[in-house]
Amino acid sequence: MIRALILLLALAGPAVANEALVSGLSQNRVQITANFDGSEILIYGAVKRDAPAPDGPPLEVIVTVEGPSTGLIIRRKERVAGIWLNRSSVTVDAAPSFYAVATTDKLDKILSGTEDLRHHITIPQVIRAVGISDEAENAPDFVAALERIRLEESRYRIAERSVQLADETLFRTDVALPANLTEGNYKVRLFILRGGVVLDTQERLIAVRKAGLERFLYNLAHQQPLLYGVLSLVMAAVAGWGASAAFRFVR
Amino acid sequence: MQIYLPIAEVSINAFLLLGLGGIVGFLSGMFGVGGGFLITPLLLFVGVPPGVAVATGANQVVASSISGVLVQMKRKGVDFRMGLVLLAGGFGGSFIGVKVFAWMTALGQIDLFVQLSYVLFLGLIGAMMFAESTRALIRARRAGAAAPIRRAHVHTWVHRLPLQMKFRASGLYISVLPPLAIGAGVGFLSAIMGVGGGFILVPAMIYLLGMPTRVVVGTSLFQIIFVTGFTTIMHAINSQTVDMMLAFLLIMGGVIGAQIGARLSTRLKAEQLRIMLAVLVLTVSFKIALDLLLQPAELFSVTPGLLP
Repeated sequence: MIRALILLLALAGPAVANEALVSGLSQNRVQITANFDGSEILIYGAVKRDAPAPDGPPLEVIVTVEGPSTGLIIRRKERVAGIWLNRSSVTVDAAPSFYAVATTDKLDKILSGTEDLRHHITIPQVIRAVGISDEAENAPDFVAALERIRLEESRYRIAERSVQLADETLFRTDVALPANLTEGNYKVRLFILRGGVVLDTQERLIAVRKAGLERFLYNLAHQQPLLYGVLSLVMAAVAGWGASAAFRFVR
Repeated sequence: MQIYLPIAEVSINAFLLLGLGGIVGFLSGMFGVGGGFLITPLLLFVGVPPGVAVATGANQVVASSISGVLVQMKRKGVDFRMGLVLLAGGFGGSFIGVKVFAWMTALGQIDLFVQLSYVLFLGLIGAMMFAESTRALIRARRAGAAAPIRRAHVHTWVHRLPLQMKFRASGLYISVLPPLAIGAGVGFLSAIMGVGGGFILVPAMIYLLGMPTRVVVGTSLFQIIFVTGFTTIMHAINSQTVDMMLAFLLIMGGVIGAQIGARLSTRLKAEQLRIMLAVLVLTVSFKIALDLLLQPAELFSVTPGLLP
């Protein structure tokens, strides 16, 4: 009811929309080295306006960080002859490997349904699962399970009220990238809203790359698989012989 | 100290990995099993993706087996001729196993197939070994201080087949057909279960071929080196799932564990060694059986597909 009212208000009188977003990141490159143990990114910004802040609903900020997407297979186990085994499965076209949402307030309070549909902000909106209803009965259960599993693994995070906003102008938030990071470009999106409606948005990229020895091993494994395999065996042989020799020496 | 693994793409404590390698290496040196049936479940448990766990486990087994074989060679505990015959059968069996693996993957039931093989073979072999070695131990107790009467080996149908060959290190003069068949069976299972096959090879050599326990451990390790080496290369080429960083840490722990295990094994009686291995094998089998029978906490599982 209240939401409908807000929506009506928003549609009736579009906000005095001369508010624009300026933003920055503490770093736009993340290097994964051998001792990489996660990384914290500071995302900050300000609201630029040519007139005093308008009255009415307060200014809200949403920040999302999205890792590279992959297709996924979600399987469900069922009991067959006393044994639990995978029976039905659903294929999701694309779901991000990492997704974090940080906001100034409760998401369902500050974001209207239509704006969510348009900008793909909440988790169900970023999981692209089209035409799955043919693949299994109650296919939505599968997508709900994906969301639940990834929230538990902290691959997906919703941190409501974690964006600090000062004087409706300056804001900042920290987003922690986990240690089990997938390589790729991480998309940072920033939204400012009033009364559930998005006023302005910005997009930035964080390049997450392996570096040093990690980079070398990864490239070798993919570009020279035979050489890499032989090298693995040589390392195993040398280590096996070396330990044997070392023990003999100690005796 | 966390360390980021480039192929597995996860960050895990380095000392935890060294410890895991050490435990598996210790068992490897002690019992003459590669430890593949332990390392894979353990790696999964600490969060390594399944594909990487199987392939890297194979690589680690190569190192601990080499380390173990060198100790056994000094004690003249390796029958090279027998090892080569087993290996010839092993490659043939492994080739067929890889085909069956691909077929089951296409059917989408490879997980179940692997788990069932684990339960079936580990359970069967474990139970047989446990029963036999307990009987042997009881018999030895009853005999008291008197030395038990032991024949070098018992003549069965195995010894009446054609193509006889002399295996001097084992003190056997038998047909090459049984070792070839055993090697093929183990090669088949190792391709499907991602293990070296020592836990099948060791009892098969003792009970089917009648080889003396003295040469069984070394010969088994000798064969495992080549089977797991072959598996490592195949995985590196086909799926790029061998993580050298992870393997290095496991190996560092493993080689040390293997040395300690091999030294300790000389101080224990063969029957005791076999009972301990049997209990270990049965425990792993029981754990996997429980996973199949009990309702899992999470019915759904997520498998990443390819990049779109």
